[in-house]
Amino acid sequence: MTQLLLFNITNGLIIGAFYVLMALGLSLILNLSNVINFAHGGFLVLGGYIAYTITPYVGFWGGLLIAPPLTALIGLTVERILIRPLYGRDPLYSLLLTFGLAFIIEDGTRFIWGAQGKPVTVPAFLAKPLSIDFFFITGYRLFMVAVVAVTVTLLFAFLRYTRIGVRIRAGTLDLETVSALGINVRALRSLNFAAGIFLAGLSGVLAAGQLGLEPTMGTGLLMPSFIAIIVGGVGSLTGTLLGGLLIGVASGLTAVFFPAASEAVIYVMMAVVLLIRPRGLLGEEGMMST
Amino acid sequence: MSGEQTRKFVVLAAIWLALIFAPYWIVPLGGYTALATRVLVLGLAAMSLNFLLGFTGVLSFGHAAYFGLGAYGTGLALKFMTGSTPLSLVMGMLLGGVAGGLLGALIVRRRGVYFAMVTIAFGQVFYYIAFQWSSLTGGDDGLRGFSRQPLDFGFFQIDILSNTNYFYYFVLACFALAVAAMGIILRSPFGRGMIAIRENERRARFLGVPIERHIWIAFTLSCFFIALAGGLYALVNNFADPKGLHYSQSGDFVMMAVMGGMRTFWGPLLGAVVFVVLQDYLSSVTINWMSFVGMLFVLVVLFFPRGLLGFIRRKREA
Repeated sequence: MTQLLLFNITNGLIIGAFYVLMALGLSLILNLSNVINFAHGGFLVLGGYIAYTITPYVGFWGGLLIAPPLTALIGLTVERILIRPLYGRDPLYSLLLTFGLAFIIEDGTRFIWGAQGKPVTVPAFLAKPLSIDFFFITGYRLFMVAVVAVTVTLLFAFLRYTRIGVRIRAGTLDLETVSALGINVRALRSLNFAAGIFLAGLSGVLAAGQLGLEPTMGTGLLMPSFIAIIVGGVGSLTGTLLGGLLIGVASGLTAVFFPAASEAVIYVMMAVVLLIRPRGLLGEEGMMST
Repeated sequence: MSGEQTRKFVVLAAIWLALIFAPYWIVPLGGYTALATRVLVLGLAAMSLNFLLGFTGVLSFGHAAYFGLGAYGTGLALKFMTGSTPLSLVMGMLLGGVAGGLLGALIVRRRGVYFAMVTIAFGQVFYYIAFQWSSLTGGDDGLRGFSRQPLDFGFFQIDILSNTNYFYYFVLACFALAVAAMGIILRSPFGRGMIAIRENERRARFLGVPIERHIWIAFTLSCFFIALAGGLYALVNNFADPKGLHYSQSGDFVMMAVMGGMRTFWGPLLGAVVFVVLQDYLSSVTINWMSFVGMLFVLVVLFFPRGLLGFIRRKREA
């Protein structure tokens, strides 16, 4: 029983770490540009497939390093061409646009790489379990968590200590004032969008090593990230971090006691949070209602 | 009658005549009656969603949940409780509408994209329930084992089960009732309040419109209407599918409403026509048909934000 419990808690934490990475990207974009990026799952899949395509030439590590910036580049192009014209309009339009975009990306990947799933191999030393008792902790999973931890630390440091990071945070609170202070808000939004898509691409590469690749995999991973944001509190990246880990562990634990509800439990958590503390665990007051 | 009124009357008459004679003109055009029935049902769903989106200005991305609840409610009522088709539709409507009313109370304090986000997440709860509770709902396979029953008026019967034309007219009657109800509500002081919220929420609040309660009522009404559409959808196929509750289904409704024109009353019906015909035609040509619909949708959002009908109207006024 202890082993089963431990298995599911670790599992939950690992999945949670993964949700965190994806949700942070979504959250960055949502906070600054007020865009719910429905195509985030699509970018995740793109990142995975790009890594899959270049791995034969540059190896696993090369793929891990190169695929996320390439995905970010695609994201930047999309932002420039499709999303920028909509900033002046009701934020609902950009949500609608990314919803349509998600279909295009999904079918595009299916068209280029085929509907059949692709297996992805990770370096042999990462694929091994660490010990027999804890067969479920493979090197790759630890590696995933480590990558997430490093990325999250870097992201928070970037937002805290660099000039651009501070501007992004300021823009989250009051974009108009930031703009009035002479900061190029368009460039800031582009950069921030690209950063969010970078995180999606990185999630894609990591997910590919664990789950393999399929054109539809992004859709299933999108909803938990939404919930991580709502539970953690809109407007707070620390909240998103907390929310992602919480829902990961919650669904892991539910898988032990009531497997049928392991997917629904995160929605129940969200409902409870909205009932008791509508702004989310660490959310700013009033953030969700404007 | 003034010129404007005459024009409105002519357009309305044209819409209803086209709908009434649909089984007769759709077949020579290469369609089939069941296609027209599907357009009506999905059009009603999109119009119900747009009742909220277009006239109160809040976007629900989880309306498929109430559509699906309507479908399951109707299906389960037919399977276990009653042999009356209209009664089972009422049960479906109640299930979807009451669920919408309860959750709506939690949702209405959110605005804008957060409203969309919360509705989508709540909608998914029902998807998982329908998916997992296999003993009642049939799980992934969907709910089977029921079929619409002939309408029984005592002294005569109308066989809507085997005669697709009769069934079309049954659906059209339900559609007409729902659409008339929506039209009357929108003309009432309550409906004016909805539009006031859409145009300027703060001003409406200062004028004494109880914003949250107003949106909650509009949301609940819209859930009742879409649950009726869901119930009819279950009757079309004699089948209820968990995918009907999934947020991608909500997305389809949103696409219909936006493509047709979300500030217009009839736009979503036009959107449903475009969507269903495209789906019917493209899916027989390519498996990647969703990307074509997606592309069309992206173009509409970028260049015709008022949708097809809004664009036509703008052209005429210019």
